[in-house]
Amino acid sequence: MNAISLSPADLAIAGSLVAFDALLSVLLRLGLHRQVLWAAGRMVVQLVAVGYLLRFVFALHHPAATLAIVLVMSAIAAREIAARPERKLKGWAGLALSAGGVAIATVVTVGLALLTAIRPHPWYDARYAVTLVGIVLGSVLNAGSLSLDSLLGGVARERSAIEAQLALGASFHQATARLLREAIRRGLLPIINQMSAAGVITLPGIMTGQILAGLDPLEAVKYQILLMFLLAGASGLSALMMAYGALRRLTDERQRLRLDRLRE
Amino acid sequence: MSPDAPRLRLRGLRSPLAGPFDLDLAAGECLAVGGPSGSGKSLFLRMIADLDPNGGEVALDGMPRPAMAAPDWRRRVAYVAAESGWWRDTVAEHFAPATHAPARALAERLGLPDELFDGPVQRLSTGERQRLAIVRALVLNPPVLLLDEPTGPLDPASIGEMEAVLTARLADGVAMIVVSHDPAQAQRLGARRREMRERRLEAAA
Repeated sequence: MNAISLSPADLAIAGSLVAFDALLSVLLRLGLHRQVLWAAGRMVVQLVAVGYLLRFVFALHHPAATLAIVLVMSAIAAREIAARPERKLKGWAGLALSAGGVAIATVVTVGLALLTAIRPHPWYDARYAVTLVGIVLGSVLNAGSLSLDSLLGGVARERSAIEAQLALGASFHQATARLLREAIRRGLLPIINQMSAAGVITLPGIMTGQILAGLDPLEAVKYQILLMFLLAGASGLSALMMAYGALRRLTDERQRLRLDRLRE
Repeated sequence: MSPDAPRLRLRGLRSPLAGPFDLDLAAGECLAVGGPSGSGKSLFLRMIADLDPNGGEVALDGMPRPAMAAPDWRRRVAYVAAESGWWRDTVAEHFAPATHAPARALAERLGLPDELFDGPVQRLSTGERQRLAIVRALVLNPPVLLLDEPTGPLDPASIGEMEAVLTARLADGVAMIVVSHDPAQAQRLGARRREMRERRLEAAA
């Protein structure tokens, strides 16, 4: 790969576009200039820090370093999923559920890619493992939080409908099947949109990045297809685990609806 | 099943919110529960139906409740809430196909026009919803019925029709607990009366 290396001056010229946004905000009195500049500055600091961190971790060539960084990223994603829904589970249940869902969805999909398609040597090479986990976690987070929000909101909203079915002898599974389906659907919509738009409406970021970095477009496309499949799998697993796990938590051994396990 | 066991038997039924309750209800017997709102009448029915966590002993015809799967129990000890719940678009979809004929017959006896059955739930009045929710439970032929204000939103003519249907069920041996604020209704149903006060059952005033 013969990537065109960017100099600080190149970035500064592009950065003038952010200054233009800020100027626009001042002229049109949008009240956004502070936010725009702050967000841009924050983005630069975060990315530079991550760049140095990744360079450091890649140089270590140690499975423990790879594992540690993957665990930190997964923990942050799990916390985000648990915090996102409007209605939340009480206590540690929400966090335990999202941590389990994130772990399974990520390990299954990234593990599959590392053991079959990409096969780096060694397989835990941080250059591949950390990058893949980072991409997959985005979809896990998106699908999982949408699915969980839909399920918890739906159960709280449909309480009288669920209990009316239970009172007539329906199983908890029957009484909530529609809400489960609805939640998983919600979780899968973003990846379906992403796949149908890929290449037509949007050029996916990974692919454009690789092409800019000098890779042959068809090679870049193959990578992107592989990634989309991974993201689709991760989204499905995440949506399923969150919705199903939350339902399990909202019932008990006598198949009651336990809304007392939701926070007010 | 022992022949001399009461249809419904409660011993020390309690939850952190209400009880303890003790009660024997024979086949064909009706208990009317009155009392101020918030006194625990609905909680009492929900505990018997096992919709809220509770402890103590409950038995149907001598069969202890833990011996039955929860859905089987609730099909036999059917609870109809004061505010009915609906989960499909049309009324008919809420009934198993095999129960459509008896459901239409019951709805007719309750003064509900037949076309309501094929229409959307959204178009029903509160009173129509309440009557259809009770029909939904009646077509399951449960040996015990727990009815929370079954005639609350009904006009006097509809109340009479509902009481006639319930009286016929009592004559068939169904045991019933009815939450009702009207002592005259208890009398028309031939019911024993109890008052709920501060989440305990007491003799009616």
